[in-house]
Amino acid sequence: MLRLHRLSKQYQAGDDALKGVDLEVPDGQVVALIGPSGAGKSTLIRCINRLVEPSSGQVFLDDEEVTALGSRRLRRTRRRMGMIFQEYALIERLTVMENVLSGQLGYVGFLRSYFRRFPTETVQQAFQLLERVGLTEHYDKRADELSGGQRQRVGIARAILQQPDILLVDEPTASLDPRTSRQIMRLISELCSERQLAAIVNIHDVTLAQMFVARIVGLREGEVVFDGKPDDLTNEVLTEIYGEEDWQTANDRTEEKERAAKESLEEQMKGLSG
Amino acid sequence: MAGDGELLVWRRRTRARELLVWAGWLLGVSLFIFCWQTIAANTTWYFVADAPRVAADIGDRMVPPKWSYAAKLWGPLWDTINIATLGTILSVLLATPIAFLAATNTTPSTRFVRPLALLIIVSSRSINSLIWGLLLVTIIGPGVVAGIFAITFRSIGFVAKLLYEAIEEIDQRQVEAIAATGANGGQVITFAIWPQILPAFAGTSVFRWDINIRESTVLGLVGAGGIGLELQASINIVAWQQVSVILLAILSTVIVSEWVSAKVRHAVI
Repeated sequence: MLRLHRLSKQYQAGDDALKGVDLEVPDGQVVALIGPSGAGKSTLIRCINRLVEPSSGQVFLDDEEVTALGSRRLRRTRRRMGMIFQEYALIERLTVMENVLSGQLGYVGFLRSYFRRFPTETVQQAFQLLERVGLTEHYDKRADELSGGQRQRVGIARAILQQPDILLVDEPTASLDPRTSRQIMRLISELCSERQLAAIVNIHDVTLAQMFVARIVGLREGEVVFDGKPDDLTNEVLTEIYGEEDWQTANDRTEEKERAAKESLEEQMKGLSG
Repeated sequence: MAGDGELLVWRRRTRARELLVWAGWLLGVSLFIFCWQTIAANTTWYFVADAPRVAADIGDRMVPPKWSYAAKLWGPLWDTINIATLGTILSVLLATPIAFLAATNTTPSTRFVRPLALLIIVSSRSINSLIWGLLLVTIIGPGVVAGIFAITFRSIGFVAKLLYEAIEEIDQRQVEAIAATGANGGQVITFAIWPQILPAFAGTSVFRWDINIRESTVLGLVGAGGIGLELQASINIVAWQQVSVILLAILSTVIVSEWVSAKVRHAVI
């Protein structure tokens, strides 16, 4: 279980990115973190694995206080937290396989990783994962030869190869088209349920979040202003999180579009299987 | 906008700025004229007027090149190439760690280590390789070794500077991604940073090697080995026909090195 206790972050410029966030994520639960740009979503996720050092407050992963760890222990604990990024953050000049294997860096010594001598079972797992995310034949390509959706799949495979207990996912679909976005979100939620992973997913697209997660947390100006089921996300709540806007018209239109997209997707799937 | 009948005026600069720009130009042009006059006053115009004739005369004495002399140049030429190549390799080996210490995003300490690394870079860059050569010939005696170190010391700053700028321009998200896996510092450098700066590293090294080929041809003038020694000897005995052979040898070496460097840079980028 992941537990945040009064987690705060103040950047040097003086603005409070996080103001005492309390949050519990039980094992295996996928949580979507929504909120306007600048609400502190990315900061929150980065404070959990301390890519950004929190100013105060605590992070607990099970019984371990992540915020109290020295650098060596922190590296060990980071292995349990897989991270997926908006712009994929792959090493562009390395191959797909090297990128996936880099998920194991926390388990492998420097020289072994330098000479790319990863343990045989790790390589087996990497191949299996590439098959799972549908990239088997691309393993020897350079990462910058892939499309956006394929790159994000590599990013996902890298995070999963870490054998994490929780995934920290930062805007996984923000750079992708609507169809690929759904496929990526579906893949992430499937992998989480297959492997009993918890996840915190930062996401802009509220409708997409509602489709794939069990719980939604709304963040506004560094504070949690909503925590509930996707269905409880009423217009009033959206206004509370994002500010005044005509949600109904927008929502209707999105739903319409989504229905259309779903139908066309189903047709395409039929075409593929037929 | 045009409704109230008033014309809206837009100018690139305000009036005060306009005047300032004109004043700047006036100052620059006056300075140029002043310098021109100073230089003109200090020139012996007789020699300048005579220059085309002297040049033609030397050119005349240079042809035909004494081709038989070329056979004696292979040794010094080989020395020159070795000075450049070994000097470049040494400088790259030394410059790489310095670059990591100098880059703001990889230095262990911005207050103590980084200024030191920058000092090394600046002092290496501010001294020309000929002057390094002069110093080193005095310290370790004339010969190829002095040449190699002269090239090394001059190149460290150049390579380290371009390299640390490349390190500072890397995509930090890739570093985050690797750090997030629990990788240690060395793994972050080799997996996240090194692949990103590899093109800059290869390009800079080859570019510097190309420059060093040219610089090492003159190092012999101060006794630091290579083809420059022959050049000076030939000029001293006014053997212009040998000088022309040496110049041609240098020219062809430089052309080859430029070709190699262009090929390599094209291959890595």
